[in-house]
Amino acid sequence: MKRLPDERGYFGAYGGRFVPETLMAPLQELEEAFREAMRDKAFKRELDGLLRDYCGRPTPLSFAQRFSAHLGGARVYLKREDLCHTGAHKINNALGQCLLARRMGKVRVIAETGAGQHGVAVATAAALLGLSCRIYMGTEDERRQALNVYRMRLLGAEVVGVDAGSKTLKDAINEALRDWVTNVHTTHYVMGSVLGPHPYPMMVREFQAVIGAEAWLQMRKVYGGLPRLVVACVGGGSNAAGIFTAFLPYQKVKLVGVEAGGRGPLLGHHAARFAGGSPGVLHGTFTYLLQDASGNTAPTHSISAGLDYPAVGPEHAFWKDSRRVEYVHVSDEEAKAAFHLLAELEGIVPALETAHALAYVTKVARSFSPAEAILVNLSGRGDKDVAEVARLEGVRL
Amino acid sequence: MSTRIDAAFRRAAKEKRAALIAYITAGDPTPARTLELLRALERGGVDVVELGVPYSDPIADGPINCAAAERALAAGTTLAGVLQTIRELRFTSQLPVVLFSYANPVLAYGLSRFALDAATVGVDGVLLPDVPAEEATPFHQQLRRVGVELVPMLAPTSTRVRVKQAKKLAESFVYFVSHTGVTGPQAQLPTELEAQVRLVRKLTGRRVAVGFGVSKAEQVARVAQFADGVVVGSALVARIAQWGDDPELVGDLQRFVQQLRAATRRG
Repeated sequence: MKRLPDERGYFGAYGGRFVPETLMAPLQELEEAFREAMRDKAFKRELDGLLRDYCGRPTPLSFAQRFSAHLGGARVYLKREDLCHTGAHKINNALGQCLLARRMGKVRVIAETGAGQHGVAVATAAALLGLSCRIYMGTEDERRQALNVYRMRLLGAEVVGVDAGSKTLKDAINEALRDWVTNVHTTHYVMGSVLGPHPYPMMVREFQAVIGAEAWLQMRKVYGGLPRLVVACVGGGSNAAGIFTAFLPYQKVKLVGVEAGGRGPLLGHHAARFAGGSPGVLHGTFTYLLQDASGNTAPTHSISAGLDYPAVGPEHAFWKDSRRVEYVHVSDEEAKAAFHLLAELEGIVPALETAHALAYVTKVARSFSPAEAILVNLSGRGDKDVAEVARLEGVRL
Repeated sequence: MSTRIDAAFRRAAKEKRAALIAYITAGDPTPARTLELLRALERGGVDVVELGVPYSDPIADGPINCAAAERALAAGTTLAGVLQTIRELRFTSQLPVVLFSYANPVLAYGLSRFALDAATVGVDGVLLPDVPAEEATPFHQQLRRVGVELVPMLAPTSTRVRVKQAKKLAESFVYFVSHTGVTGPQAQLPTELEAQVRLVRKLTGRRVAVGFGVSKAEQVARVAQFADGVVVGSALVARIAQWGDDPELVGDLQRFVQQLRAATRRG
């Protein structure tokens, strides 16, 4: 376990537990159960076994030879989370939390989902472990990600559309929290990112830390050393936290988180919390968020549903202030270009979320020498985005 | 301690009844009408008013209050505007006012500035539904300095340790959430409610007001037998939603509150 957060769930000034009193005792129980499980060898063994035999871990590290040559600089390595069962890193956390839920005697899990990847991962883990499952999803996201909605239903989950507010991820989280407040005795809320009240940011990071731990070993084995740069996209920030954690102690390894720059810098046109946001409370945690002058959450936009969220994990806010991680943003168009580039040069269709990390790499790779390495967390595959990209480009399928 | 809130509870106790606490969302249907609605509540016999500050992501609220917050925000309601309404109320009224606000509108306003302005306009207490005891210290310090109460909230899931934590913050009263859930009408209140209220009163040594889920006069009558205060919210908000900007709203709200008030009598 890492030193942070402190016992109150704070990463420096960020984090905490801003939730209704009803949830406080359950959050304390959850934290205890999590710490106890992580000390229990049998729990670790069961989780590691599922990650290996069910998810296909360890995921490979691929050297992107043609992509690197095209960019003309560093050697670019891809940590292939897209090859996890269900197609993204989300399953690592979903399995961890569902196992924990079962251990706590909960019979029902709920979750929010934006693009549908976390929802699919939770529905999958719930099916595997025999838990009843309900997924909340904004109706706008249901429209954009119809395939994943049906996929979750195939897995036996109930998908509930949320028609409030902006009808997207933020509103799905509100509704999931309301469900949890109401059914807290029977239900575990599987939060999908390093967001929300303590212990979620810590717990989700720990379940995703396997990404960085594997990549650290693989880089040393395949490349013969550590990369100069590690890049990941940041929505809530779970895939980034998962890969960064292993490299944090190595000051020579630069860490960059890439946010969604959307259509441009106007409030409502992007989801670049560190560029256009300020500290405040949303969904139970104190962190950077996009808000208006009265403290109401501002609308966001991104081509990628998974990055289209107004707040960011509190540990990222801490890393930003302490300057251990640099946060940048790339536009919808840049992400789309990188989506195509990787597909054509490497035969890998990345998720639009991941394409943001790749877009940043296309900009900076040239400033590194061919002997240096860049590691990108290829957090998910892009099958879910194919229809949306076609629509945006005026292609009729 | 707020003398206005304390006096309201004393008066109710002397009259052998529970205090009636009425919740409405400020700015619903429009900011211009909030003042007349507050006056209607007072005429109807409300002892304490709980005034909600609309917020974009009200996680402790059910559909009725969520819709009210959306209407109020669409009508341009801000925390600064809500404070201005209370200032106007105070020209003619000593009705105790407890502001109900999620943390972020207060933080965006600036915590110390909020405390000062709230005290200046005559706010008596503040309820922060997403600020549990663990996060309350900065809010409590700023509010206490200017004589505004931070009203602690407790719930059926609160452990004994947590109830005792609330005792340290509590002044005139503590707010007990009747059931595990969000705001909004409940067909039935939990059978354990009475025992829980009595335990909270014993452990905190403070008056206990019960809210969340109480919507009908019969429920008010039942809760009034064992609680010091009863909060009715969504039932009033639903009437406001139904009437909208119709002038009949004021009379209807007042009559409904009179029924609730009559139900607060003990014995």
